[in-house]
Amino acid sequence: MMALISPPEKTTSSRRFRDSDLWYSFRRSPTALIAAAMIVLIVGAALLAPLIAPHDPFDLATVNLMDAQTPPMSVSLMGNYFALGSDIQGRDVLSTILYGSRTSLFVAVMATGFALIVGLTLGIVAGYFGGAWDSAIMRIVDVQLSFPAILIALLVFGVTRGFLPAATQDAAAVWVLIFSIGLSNWAQFARTVRGATLVERQKDYVSAAHMMGTGRFRILFGHILPNVISPVMVIATLGLAVAVIEEATLSYLGVGVPPTQASLGTLIRIGQQFLFSGEWWILFFPALVLVLLTLSVNLLGDWLRDALNPRLK
Amino acid sequence: MLIFVLRRLIQSVFVMLAVSLLAFVLFQFAGDPIEAMVGQDATMADRAALRDRLGLDDPVVFQFARFIGNAVQGEFGLSYRLQQPVLGLIMQRLPATVELAVTSTIIALVLGTALGVLTALKNRSWITGIIMAVSLVGISLPTFLIGIGLIYVFAVELHWLPSFGRGQVVELGGWSTGFLTSSGLRSLILPSFTLALFQTALLMRLIRAEMLEVLRQDYIRFARARGLSERVINFRHALKNTLVPVITVAGLMLGSIIAFSVVTESVFQWPGVGSLFIASVQAVDVPVMSVYLMFIALLFVTINFVVDILYFIVDPRLRADSQKRA
Repeated sequence: MMALISPPEKTTSSRRFRDSDLWYSFRRSPTALIAAAMIVLIVGAALLAPLIAPHDPFDLATVNLMDAQTPPMSVSLMGNYFALGSDIQGRDVLSTILYGSRTSLFVAVMATGFALIVGLTLGIVAGYFGGAWDSAIMRIVDVQLSFPAILIALLVFGVTRGFLPAATQDAAAVWVLIFSIGLSNWAQFARTVRGATLVERQKDYVSAAHMMGTGRFRILFGHILPNVISPVMVIATLGLAVAVIEEATLSYLGVGVPPTQASLGTLIRIGQQFLFSGEWWILFFPALVLVLLTLSVNLLGDWLRDALNPRLK
Repeated sequence: MLIFVLRRLIQSVFVMLAVSLLAFVLFQFAGDPIEAMVGQDATMADRAALRDRLGLDDPVVFQFARFIGNAVQGEFGLSYRLQQPVLGLIMQRLPATVELAVTSTIIALVLGTALGVLTALKNRSWITGIIMAVSLVGISLPTFLIGIGLIYVFAVELHWLPSFGRGQVVELGGWSTGFLTSSGLRSLILPSFTLALFQTALLMRLIRAEMLEVLRQDYIRFARARGLSERVINFRHALKNTLVPVITVAGLMLGSIIAFSVVTESVFQWPGVGSLFIASVQAVDVPVMSVYLMFIALLFVTINFVVDILYFIVDPRLRADSQKRA
C-alpha cells in the first residue's frame, strides 16, 4: 500500500525494512517483543559492563575481604551497598555477572559466527558442485550430526589443548573454546544451506548469470548466497542459544574459560560451592541470567522460524 | 538385506578407522610422551632406550598399524596423570556410568511414553497444559542447572537424598554395583532423574505429536466404526504405529544420555568414565583422552548400526525398497 502512495524512488533500505512483513509480525508478537527486550537488556548490560558495573571485579584494589558474603540488597560491614550480594572474596555479584556475561556472549557469538562461515561455505559448495564434493561433505555432516554437539565440543577442546604447548594453554583457552563450540555446530548450517542451494541452482537467474559469463565464485556468493540466507538466520539464532549453553556447560565443568576469568559457567561453578552454606545468591543470579538469556534467544529463534516460514501465513 | 547390512558395516568400520587415526595423531604429536613419562634426572641414553623400546623411531605407518593392533587387543598404554593402564582405569569406572545410563534410559523411556500417550489422549485437559509447560522447561534448561536445582531442593533443603557419590557399592566379580544397597539406590535417584529429564521431555513431545497424527488416520476412525473399545483402539492400533519412529529416537537417546553423563557425573561427583574424561582434559592426559574418543566413537557407531538394522526389520517399506533396487 505504502509503495503505491509514496514515490518509489524514496524506498531506502530502512524504509523497506519498516514496510516488511517481518517487522510487522515482530511488532504483533508479544513473545518476540519480550524476548528481544530481554536480549537487548542483557547484551547491552554486558557491552557497557566497564561503565555501569559498580566496580571492576578483577581490579584487586577495589575488592575488600571485609565486604565478603554480603546478602543481596544490604550493606556490608564496610558500609558498601550490594544489590545482588557479594561473593567469598568480597566481589560484587552484579559486577561479576556483567563481566561474566560479556565473556559468555563473546564466546557464543564468535563460535556461532565461525560455525556459520564454515557451514555456509561447505554447504553452498556441496549443493552447487554436487558429485564427490557433495558426498564427501554430507557424509561428514551425517557422522557429525549423529554425535551430540556438547560431546564434540568437549572432544575437540581436549584434542586441541593436547596440541598446544603447556605454557599457552590457559591464555588460548577462550579461543580454543570458540573453535571447539564452532566446530560442534557447523553441520546444521551446512545441511540447510546445501538443501536451499540445490533448489536455487535450478532457477533461471543462475542460468542467466552463467550465460552472461559471471564467474562461479561470483554466482555462488553474489547471487545464490543472498537467496539462501533466511533459513540460515533461524539456525544462527537457535545456534546462539546452543552456543551459550555449551559455553556455560564447558566452563562449569572446568574445561572452558579458565577459572580466573569470569563467565556465566565459571560463576555457577564457584556458586555451587556455597549451596550448602546458605549463600544462595552467589549461585542463583548467574544461573538466572543464563536461563533468561537462553530462553529469550530460543523464543526469538522460534518466532523467527515461524515468521519466515511462508507456509504458516 | 545382507547387502544393506554389509554396506552399513563397511561404513561403520570406515568411521572407526578415521576416529582411530585421529586418536593416533593425538597420541603421536600432542606433546612428547617421553617427556611425560621419564623423570627430570633421566639421562639422554635412558630416553633413547625408552624411545626405542616404545618404537617411537619407526616409520609412522608402522606405528599406526601397531596402534590399531594394540587397540584391538585392548592395549592402550599408560595414563600420564595416574601412571596406570588406561584400559584398567576405564574398566574400573565403567560400571558406574553404565548403571547411571541404563537407569536414566529406562526412566526416560517409561516416563516419556506414558506422559506422551497421556497428553495425546487428554489433548485439551489442563493437566496436558501443565505437563507441556514443564517439558518446555526441561528442554530449554542446561542439564547442569537442573542437577544443581535438584540438589538444592532434595539434598540441601529437604535432606531426603545424598547430593554426591555412589553410596555403598557391592563388588560382584569385578563389577561394582550400587543396585544392591539402599544408600547406592538412594544416590542413584537424583543423577538419573537429572540425566533423564531432557530425554523424557523430548520423547514425550515426539510421542504426543506422533500419536495425535495417528489418531487422525482413517484406520482409527474405521476401528471406532467397528465398535472396538477405546482401550483396544488407543493401545493396540494407535500406540503400536506411534512407536516406529521411537526406535531411532531411543537409539539416539542412549547415545546422548551417555554423552550428557559427562556433565551429570561432574555435578554429582559420580565416579564414572565421564568424570575421568573431564579430569583428563583438564590435565591434558592424552592417552586417556584418545581412548575415550575411540570408546565413544565405537559406542555411537554400534548404536547407529543397530538402529539402522532395527528400522529395516520393523518398517516393511524399507525392505521392499531395497529388494526393488537389488
